[in-house]
Amino acid sequence: MRLVSLIVLALLAVAPVHAFTAPQPDEQMDDAILEARARGLYRDLRCVVCQSQSIDESNAPLAADMRAIVRERLLAGDSDAEVRAWLQTRYGDYVLMSPPVQGNTILLWLFPVLALGGGGVAIIFFLRGQSARADAPLDADEAAELARLRDEEGQA
Amino acid sequence: MNRVFLFVPLAIVAVTLVYFGLGLRQDPSSIPSQMIDRPLPAFDLAGLEDGDPGLSNTDLLGQVSLLNVFGSWCPPCAIEHPMLMQISRSGRVPLYGVDWRDEPGAGAAWLARHGNPYQRVGDDAQGRLAIDLGITGAPETFLVDAEGRVRHHHVGIITEEVWRNTLLPMIEELERS
Repeated sequence: MRLVSLIVLALLAVAPVHAFTAPQPDEQMDDAILEARARGLYRDLRCVVCQSQSIDESNAPLAADMRAIVRERLLAGDSDAEVRAWLQTRYGDYVLMSPPVQGNTILLWLFPVLALGGGGVAIIFFLRGQSARADAPLDADEAAELARLRDEEGQA
Repeated sequence: MNRVFLFVPLAIVAVTLVYFGLGLRQDPSSIPSQMIDRPLPAFDLAGLEDGDPGLSNTDLLGQVSLLNVFGSWCPPCAIEHPMLMQISRSGRVPLYGVDWRDEPGAGAAWLARHGNPYQRVGDDAQGRLAIDLGITGAPETFLVDAEGRVRHHHVGIITEEVWRNTLLPMIEELERS
């Protein structure tokens, strides 16, 4: 039973990747290395009409045109970075699925680190405060209270 | 510990909510154009029918003009069309058309049926020029100055208001300078 559910989970995890891949068989490039680079680039580039899909996932006509351009640039000898830059000059940073690290996105990229670091610092301060309170010597009232409780216990 | 610090998480959440709230007011489908103040890419498109002159980027040199991307398959283009006819009849500014991703003959038949507001039309059946121009849909229109530089990129339908309040003032401004 457990094995079955594991298999089902594994299939569910894998299925969408294949089900939503849009490039058609006739888009396959002859050169296997170029094809692998093209597939990588498809996943990096956003379909500008569908917005939340990459051109690897979208079957919109414009996404197909963009894939054709990626293949054309690769055949012309462009590097992956040059292909991305080619589309970036026409569609802006928007066309990249992951925003580039630059002035207006630095906060976005640093936020997880800042949040984790800030949380860590807060926890350290909190724990220090706790142990500092635990180690402090008893003041007069506390000592008297402790003596009283001890006496009660002794009588019982 | 200083009690003021207890309000720090609340402050962070408040700032984030305001930020997200402002973000919701933006239109996510409008992508800032990269074409502004850049020269049109070089292109030389065939005409829609045999004998049509077609359209190249040099056709737009010499005076302020509008370059309109349309398709016979595009319902908003049909809505926009009467406004383009009106601009064309007024003779205020020359219109050039790019027929984007149409079947052979479909664009010509569409223009024959609805009227042709364009000085020249180029056939972009493969959609190559559209990507060179950073097009995300149709209709889209570029205001091009006399030197062939893009000065304004309008995404969507040119309505009476867009023409009167945006395009016409920019055209007048460009023609003055």
